[in-house]
Amino acid sequence: MRKVAVIGAGMTLFRRRLMETPKELCFEASRMALDSAGVEMKDVDAVISGSAPDAFDGVHMKGEYYSDGCGAYRKPYMRVYVGGGTGVFSAIAGWYHIASGLADIALVVNEEKMSSCMPHPQSVFAYIWDPILDRPLKPNLVWIFAMEMNRYMTIHNIKKEDIARVAVKNKRNAVGHPCAQLADPNITVDDVLNSEVMAWPVQRLDISPPSDGAAAVVMASEDAVKKLKVETPVWMKGVGWCIDSTMWTDRDLYFPEYVASAAKMAYKMAKIDNPRKQIDFAEPYDPFDYKELHHMEGLLLCKKGEAPILTREGVTQRDGDLPTCPSGGLLGVGNPIAATMGQKIGELYWQLSGQAGKRQIPHEIKTGVANAWGDLMQYGSVVVMGV
Amino acid sequence: MGDTKQWPGIELSSEDLIGKKVTQTRYHPKAQYSWAAGEAISRFLNELKEGKLIGRECKHCKKILFPPRMFCEQCFKPTSNWVYLKDTGTIQTYSISYLDKDARRITDPIFVGVVSIDGATEKMGIMHYFGEVTKDTIRIGMKVKARWKPAIERTGSVLDIEYFRPLKEGEQ
Repeated sequence: MRKVAVIGAGMTLFRRRLMETPKELCFEASRMALDSAGVEMKDVDAVISGSAPDAFDGVHMKGEYYSDGCGAYRKPYMRVYVGGGTGVFSAIAGWYHIASGLADIALVVNEEKMSSCMPHPQSVFAYIWDPILDRPLKPNLVWIFAMEMNRYMTIHNIKKEDIARVAVKNKRNAVGHPCAQLADPNITVDDVLNSEVMAWPVQRLDISPPSDGAAAVVMASEDAVKKLKVETPVWMKGVGWCIDSTMWTDRDLYFPEYVASAAKMAYKMAKIDNPRKQIDFAEPYDPFDYKELHHMEGLLLCKKGEAPILTREGVTQRDGDLPTCPSGGLLGVGNPIAATMGQKIGELYWQLSGQAGKRQIPHEIKTGVANAWGDLMQYGSVVVMGV
Repeated sequence: MGDTKQWPGIELSSEDLIGKKVTQTRYHPKAQYSWAAGEAISRFLNELKEGKLIGRECKHCKKILFPPRMFCEQCFKPTSNWVYLKDTGTIQTYSISYLDKDARRITDPIFVGVVSIDGATEKMGIMHYFGEVTKDTIRIGMKVKARWKPAIERTGSVLDIEYFRPLKEGEQ
């Protein structure tokens, strides 16, 4: 397999409602990524896009609907969709276009416009549940998180305040992010603990917001990196992905085995045998605060049940030994499902190429890992990047 | 990623939409579905109507799978036979929801979670409601029993069970 680098990235503002259409959002993020990489569409061999359910937009063949905005016009093109896992998986799809030798330069564009769905995108999220076993119970998507969070908290005897620290950290980290929707420099653990109970144990400030937005990255082969004289390529060192059974009521939700499987696949490729020592920072997928902790454990960055302790001790702060979500994550920057590629793959690129501005981790970093997660608590996608 | 540059995106407020200050168009889809329940779940639903829970055995994995399926996703072989289970189980996890399915706030919370069913392989269960509990009495690990709707009202649906309630002492 050939080496693959990220050589540019772009991102729109993340907001509850944006005026632009999906196509226009794709164009804005793509244009920015191309400009930052110093390439034009004529240089791009293949385009990959990612977006979550068609039902948000009310338009089927959504990938085709917005494809003009991705620069896909008369090029090899595909859309990938693996639920919430799409935010990192589309970058994996971009990677294999180049690693295989089929393309030298690829553009990966992820978009989500959740505000079109009225009165709230929750109404169509219900379509992910099994129509016969689950849907008669009129489930809300937050139930998934509440049930998983409760199991995780109970098994490890974790206090809610130790989970709330993640929301505080990420919303504060997001203050340095120019696209952030919910940055808050003054938020406290008490604010989270006193926020409205949505579905116990989930409270309002445990949750990332629905958003509109787009993000894009440009990827290149080693040959193209040399030819373009890229000064700060960030290499895709390892990729992994895995799905668990949709029969989610048949497995113990306290630990995401499928994330661990995806991580092991990525670490093997990246020649990492001690992730806690060899990985300098992480962008674990954080649609809810406990998910960052759950994913730190799934990514084998600590022992089961240890993530809340590392968080309490400050290890995961931006200047700590293992910074997590230096971008501000989904909790602080926003959660336009697939477009969170901007805080995951985008942030690894910006941090490792020294372009993260106010969010830059103050010490030397060489290797980072990001993951995304989705469907009925069953999909893990993992990317390791390094310089 | 300089911080001074203009990042793309034009924010709208909900007032912009409600006050129709922006050009927009609206659409109400009318999609309707009728799902065939399939081989395994049809039998499962028909047994619910009789007030019974049923699973399928995978002889290869030595597991009783619940909810039942015609093939085992782990060994990827057909399952072999039907097995009746008890209508008791254990709360694996739960939530107390103040949100309805459309994320609207409700004041009378819904107790919901996963109950693993006695007789099935460990930790295999279904999502369902819990009743006759309070936020102070419900706990993970609690033994529960199905409260069935009266036979005449059962339709062959997971809602033929109204909810799972705490198992009383000496009860089976």
